[in-house]
Amino acid sequence: MNENFWSEVNRAAGQKITHCYQCGKCTAGCPVAFAMDYKPHQILRLLQLGRGEELLSSRALWVCSSCQTCTTRCPCHIDLARLIDTLRFFSRQAFPQVTRHGMPLFNEVFLRSVKRYGRVYELGLTLQFNLKERKVWRDLDLGHFMLSRRKLRLLPEPVENRKEVAQIFSAEKEEPR
Amino acid sequence: MKLAYYPGCSLKGTAREYDLSTRLVARHLGLELVEIPDWNCCGATAAHSTSHFLAVALPARVLALAEDMGLDILSPCAACYQRLRAAQEELKRDPELKRQVEGALGRTFEGRVRVFSLLEALAQLGEEALAAQVVRPLKGMQVACYYGCLLVRPPLTSCDDPEQPQLMEKILAPTKVDTLDWGGKNECCGASLIFGAREVALNLIKNILHAAAQVRAHALVTACPLCHANLDLRQKEVNRFFGTNFAIPVFYLSQLLGIAMGLNPRDLGLGSHFVDPQRALRMVGS
Repeated sequence: MNENFWSEVNRAAGQKITHCYQCGKCTAGCPVAFAMDYKPHQILRLLQLGRGEELLSSRALWVCSSCQTCTTRCPCHIDLARLIDTLRFFSRQAFPQVTRHGMPLFNEVFLRSVKRYGRVYELGLTLQFNLKERKVWRDLDLGHFMLSRRKLRLLPEPVENRKEVAQIFSAEKEEPR
Repeated sequence: MKLAYYPGCSLKGTAREYDLSTRLVARHLGLELVEIPDWNCCGATAAHSTSHFLAVALPARVLALAEDMGLDILSPCAACYQRLRAAQEELKRDPELKRQVEGALGRTFEGRVRVFSLLEALAQLGEEALAAQVVRPLKGMQVACYYGCLLVRPPLTSCDDPEQPQLMEKILAPTKVDTLDWGGKNECCGASLIFGAREVALNLIKNILHAAAQVRAHALVTACPLCHANLDLRQKEVNRFFGTNFAIPVFYLSQLLGIAMGLNPRDLGLGSHFVDPQRALRMVGS
């Protein structure tokens, strides 16, 4: 898998992984590096070494907040945030169970809402996510406050042209472009 | 000036007051906003973390709708702004992807629509036009302008300098509010990590509140619904989790500007904040 994986990630994300000389600027500026198992510069090093599969099960991929600081500061112009998006795709393929909780689950429930209504139905999204994480009572006080201030809508407000939104989702290909 | 208005999902719910205050302030400044008919979600982080195609095709529909209107877009939500800008750049860069997106939507792109954040739209009006509307100067109030990530990063889609943004300070200058120098202005609030990795997000929120408290900010100012939700709605949770006692109100840029313009705080949606902004407002006699 090694050789293939390496070139596949490179191709998909359109990045020149070999350019990285491990200066560590990405990790120095990363606001969530403290919570990562592999730090941003280590993610690149593992890719260079063809040990990408270790990354696919790593927590780091789902801790990344996509703040783009690494991409902004890389002296080699490597778009690491984009690379992480690509790795997330491969991670979901290799380990479908990652979408059972945390960020991958949130993303899935979020997109399901978009697919169904064309827009995010915030209340439904939150309830569904909490239910699937088996934390039904989480943020109950906050939800109550938000409803009382009309910061949450009780019902979804779908787009009229749902057909066009459906077309977008059906044209989506299972590839990490 | 007339602009196609793209509120996005948050401004219809969680960030209702951002929608109210943006529309109200725009009206008083002579900015005509026409809501894009039947707009859809930009896909946000969920889409670009999942599929590059969705991340471009969802905002592309919004761009196409605005093209039909023949108007440039105002996107007050920082996340929508970044996704629209990123989609524009990708459609320019990748003709094959553009062809696929056009095929899926049954629409074509000429790529002549420009996308503005609220910061750009207000700054373009110029200091004089803004100053002319200020009837209630905010002298004595100290605020920390908080940009977060999506307005200023990555550089390709940034609406200001990615490391030392200044647009909010410039926009607020005519209000005489004291904009503080501080280190947290483009730090990350954690965004949707508050759902999927809560402790990580609480740490980031705490760091920003701490940085603002250190420079004795009376309030934070933001132009992003995700940042506002995390900093305002989660402040109590941060206090509970870390044993801190932050009580820093968070204004949307449009709300603070609206107050200086003498608009009714209630109409600006100031009653829907979790951290009560009354004390900060009383300091300037509002």
